[in-house]
Amino acid sequence: MPFEVSDLAEMDAPEKEYLWTLNFGPQHPATHTTLRLVLTLDGETVVNAVPHIGYLHSGFEKLGEHLDFNQYVTIVDRMNYISPLANEIAWHHAVEKLLGIELTPRCKYLRTILAELMRLHDHLLNVGTTGLDLGAFTAFLYAFYQREKIYDIVETASGQRFHTSYTRVGGVMFDVNNAWVDKVRDFLKGFMPVHAEVHRLLTRNRIFIDRIKGVGYLSPEDAISMGVTGPLARASGVLRDLRKDEPYLAYPDLDFKVVASKDGDCYGRYLVRMQEMLESVKIIEQCLENIPAGPVNIDAETHIVPPAKPAVYRSIEGLIQHFEVMMPNRGYDTPRDEIYAATESPNGELGFYIVGDGSPRAYRARTRPPSYIHFAVFPHIIKGHQLSDVVAVLGSLNIIAAELDR
Amino acid sequence: MSTEDVLKSKFLDDTLTFSQFRDNRRVVVPAAKLQAIFQCLKSDLGFDMLSEVTAVDYLEYEGATDRFGVVYVFINVATGERLVLKTFVNDPKPTLPSAYSLWKSADWLEREVFDMFGITFTGHPDLRRILTPDEFTANPLRKDYPLKGRGERHNFPVVTRAES
Repeated sequence: MPFEVSDLAEMDAPEKEYLWTLNFGPQHPATHTTLRLVLTLDGETVVNAVPHIGYLHSGFEKLGEHLDFNQYVTIVDRMNYISPLANEIAWHHAVEKLLGIELTPRCKYLRTILAELMRLHDHLLNVGTTGLDLGAFTAFLYAFYQREKIYDIVETASGQRFHTSYTRVGGVMFDVNNAWVDKVRDFLKGFMPVHAEVHRLLTRNRIFIDRIKGVGYLSPEDAISMGVTGPLARASGVLRDLRKDEPYLAYPDLDFKVVASKDGDCYGRYLVRMQEMLESVKIIEQCLENIPAGPVNIDAETHIVPPAKPAVYRSIEGLIQHFEVMMPNRGYDTPRDEIYAATESPNGELGFYIVGDGSPRAYRARTRPPSYIHFAVFPHIIKGHQLSDVVAVLGSLNIIAAELDR
Repeated sequence: MSTEDVLKSKFLDDTLTFSQFRDNRRVVVPAAKLQAIFQCLKSDLGFDMLSEVTAVDYLEYEGATDRFGVVYVFINVATGERLVLKTFVNDPKPTLPSAYSLWKSADWLEREVFDMFGITFTGHPDLRRILTPDEFTANPLRKDYPLKGRGERHNFPVVTRAES
C-alpha cells in the first residue's frame, strides 16, 4: 500500500489526535538490519506503516558497470550476508546465459549442492531468528550451530567462510575433492536430528503458534499482484518455483517437491521454510550420490576461464592465456545484447538484467532483489495488527537490507 | 494464439519489434502505446505478475539512438510464460505511464527507476525518491554521473587524527 498524503492529513485531523507515531529503527535488534519504519499507532494497533529504506545504499549497480564479470562477484555476494553463494550463483548464471556458456556436468552439480546448502543456511537463520524475536532462544542456538557447520563446508571449498566469491564465469574457483563430499554427507547426517529437534521445539509450541498464526496474512491475488516470489508466495498458495518452472543447473535431473501452504500467514511461511529444508536435504543427497567426475571448468580453449596451473607454469601459451583472462584491460568478446536471467534464491526470484556491450564488463548490471519486492508488501500486511506483531511479520519476510538497498 | 500473435493483431498500425535471445522473448514497443499494451497484457494475455521494472541509460552505448530504455519483465503465473518488454524514452523530460493501476509491484520498482534515472511515471500514487535521501538532486545510475559521486563527500566534515 503506498503512503498517501491524504493519509497524513487524515491523521493530523483534530479528531485523530489520539494516534501517535513510533519510529522503529534504523538501529533496532529486531529489524536484523538497517531499515526504518515509521509506524502510526492507535493504542497498540498499527494503523499505518511507512518504510524508509536506503540506509545501506552503496551504489552496487553502479560498481557493476565498472567491474568485469569475475570482479563483480565480490560485490554481488556482499548484497546478501545470509546466503552469499546463492547470489554468486545467480550472477554467474545470468552472465553465462548472456555469453551462451554451457557448464560442465560436474560444475552444475557442485553449484546445485552449494545453492541448496545456501537455502538451508538462509532458512535456518530465518527460523532461528523468528524464534529468537518471539522469545524462543533455544531453537536459535540449534539453528546457528548448523549454520556454523555450513560455513565450515563452504570454507573448505572456497577458502573463505563468508563472502566466498567462489564462482567464476564458466566454472568455480577451485574444484572440490572427495573429502569435501564426505564432509557434506556428514553434515546432512547431523542435520536431520537437529531439524527434527527444532520442529519439536517450535512447530507445536503454543506460545509460538499464538504469536504468529493468522498474523500478516497475504492473499494469493495480492502476492501475485505485488510480485512476491519464493517461500512467501508459496506460503500464500502461489505455486511458483523457478527450479521447476525454468529449470537451470542440475535441477531437471533431480527429484524434489515444491512446498506450499494455503495459510498465507507467518506460521505458513515458517512451515514452508521448515519443509523446504527437508527438500533441500533430499536434493543435496541426490547430487552427492551422482556428482560426475571430470573437469569443473569449461574448456580453456574458449579463452574465458584461465587454463590449468601446469599449463600456466610450464608453457608460454598457457601463461599468456592466464594473463589474458586475469588482466582487467584484456578480456574476451561478449555479445552486444541484453538478457534477464533469474534463479530461485532462498528468498525468491533473484534476477539479473545484464546489458552487454561487447566488453567483459556489463554496460548495465541490474539486480532484481527479492527483498526489495517483499519489503514493499510489509505496510500492506501489517495494518490492523499489534505493535508486537511488527517483529514477527518482519522476521517472516526475511528482509536482507544490503540486498534491499544495494 | 501465442502472445506475439495477439499483440500483433491488436496493434496492427504500431511498430512492435519481437525478438528472442537465449530463452528471453522480447518485444520493443513505442512509449505512446504503453498504456494500451499494459491493458492488453493484463486482461487479454493473463500476465498477472510484474516481476521487474528497470531502466538502462544508453548515453555511451555504441550505435544507440535513444537515451533511456525502460524494461519490464512480465510473468503469467498460470502458464509460467515470461515476456520482456522494452520501451524507449528521451530527454528532456522522460515520462512514461505508471503500471501501478494494473500491477501493485510497480510501486517501489518505478520509484527506484525515478530515483536512479529521473524517469517520471504519470499516475504513480507516491513518486518519491526511495534509495537516496529526499534532498538528493542527481540520478546516480545515469551514465553522465561519475562513479565516485558528485558533491556528496564535500558535505561531510573531515576529522583529522589530532582532533578526534
